[in-house]
Amino acid sequence: MRSLIDILDLSTEEIDSLIDTALDIIDNPEKYAHKCAGKKLATLFFEPSTRTRLSFEAAMYELGGHVLGFSDSGSSSASKGESVSDTVKVVSCYADIIAMRHPKEGAPLVASMKSDVPIINAGDGGHNHPTQTLADLLTIKREHGHFDGLTVGFCGDLKFGRTVHSLLGALSRYNNVRFVLISPPELTVPDYLKKELLDKKNLDYIETTDLEAAMPELDILYMTRVQRERFFNEQDYIRLKDSYILTPEKLENAKPDMRILHPLPRVNEISVAVDDDPRACYFKQVLNGKFVRMALILKLLEVD
Amino acid sequence: MQVNPISNGIVLDHIHAGKGMELYKILKLSELSCSVAIIKNASSKKMGKKDIIKIDGDVDLDFDIIGYIDPGVTVNIIKNGVNKKIVELEPPKTVKNVIKCKNPRCITSIEQELPHIFKLTDRENRVYRCIYCESKAK
Repeated sequence: MRSLIDILDLSTEEIDSLIDTALDIIDNPEKYAHKCAGKKLATLFFEPSTRTRLSFEAAMYELGGHVLGFSDSGSSSASKGESVSDTVKVVSCYADIIAMRHPKEGAPLVASMKSDVPIINAGDGGHNHPTQTLADLLTIKREHGHFDGLTVGFCGDLKFGRTVHSLLGALSRYNNVRFVLISPPELTVPDYLKKELLDKKNLDYIETTDLEAAMPELDILYMTRVQRERFFNEQDYIRLKDSYILTPEKLENAKPDMRILHPLPRVNEISVAVDDDPRACYFKQVLNGKFVRMALILKLLEVD
Repeated sequence: MQVNPISNGIVLDHIHAGKGMELYKILKLSELSCSVAIIKNASSKKMGKKDIIKIDGDVDLDFDIIGYIDPGVTVNIIKNGVNKKIVELEPPKTVKNVIKCKNPRCITSIEQELPHIFKLTDRENRVYRCIYCESKAK
């Protein structure tokens, strides 16, 4: 029995295999429509997240399975003070697989240590969000056809942005990927990630505050939201939230095949006017997220 | 200064000067009923100054804790007056319930009776990280 807590739990071969399965699901949805008949997915969302929860639920329904669960901790026994360990022990009696989101970092790992069924980390605070990374990787694969040799720009909140950290980790295992880290000085990639991931692997990266200057060389621009919930201090949030806003004018020097990704929800960091640009891929990412979650559920349930 | 040799027990040698009391506390040596001697600031050719702890009795010590606090310590296990075994310690790969995770966003801050476990992620710089939230041990 296996769980997915951190994207780095998966080897690159396993990630490539999940992407291949997702691509096959996209081409042959009818082949997968009953693969999980009789199986149940529990969505334990101790923190509200409409889109991720709906994506998991849609994924399970499209595999012919069933879904049960709760969408915020107020409607669960956690509000009575029940531990994560006890909650998953109970729920694993009812479900075949669990997708869990929790505001505390490491909660899904604790769940995986106690559960009798596979756990999927659907986001643990500012820490990990591996299925978002799988959605990002599938999107890049569908748009560019490969990962090797790409120049990937990350823009916005690179300090607290868990999707940035996970995608950096996943892409760092492919060949000759170059990173351009664009952020205000207060929101740069944490030092430990630079030292233990980028520097240790001798990866090619630069840090800059200038989005427009970096734009012409990018194959991927990964935009992120400056998240209010990650700040202890409201004034810091207000000061930094508008740091980088992507507009059609800023895209003038971008490559024609450059692709814009965003984990959503956006606030104002991408102008709505960019949505019609063929390079905008953030809504395709949402759809890809469902397909790759289908592939993941199949893998963890060991369904052929 | 003279402390008598022990016939059965453990001598922790080459403790960095000043770390002796820390080890004494964390290993809970005050709870032992046998004799325990702490020698502070003993002269050492190798280290200049060092601390030494002598425990006059058969006890089980958690070498991982000692290795985490001061990986340079030499553990001498004495049987019938003979130094039977010398253990050169290394930083342990994991430590359990020795360090507390200080990250308020970590699951350890709310989950009942969850062990605080840290793993060694950078041997060269002796960096330990919480297995749950990956925060660096302070």
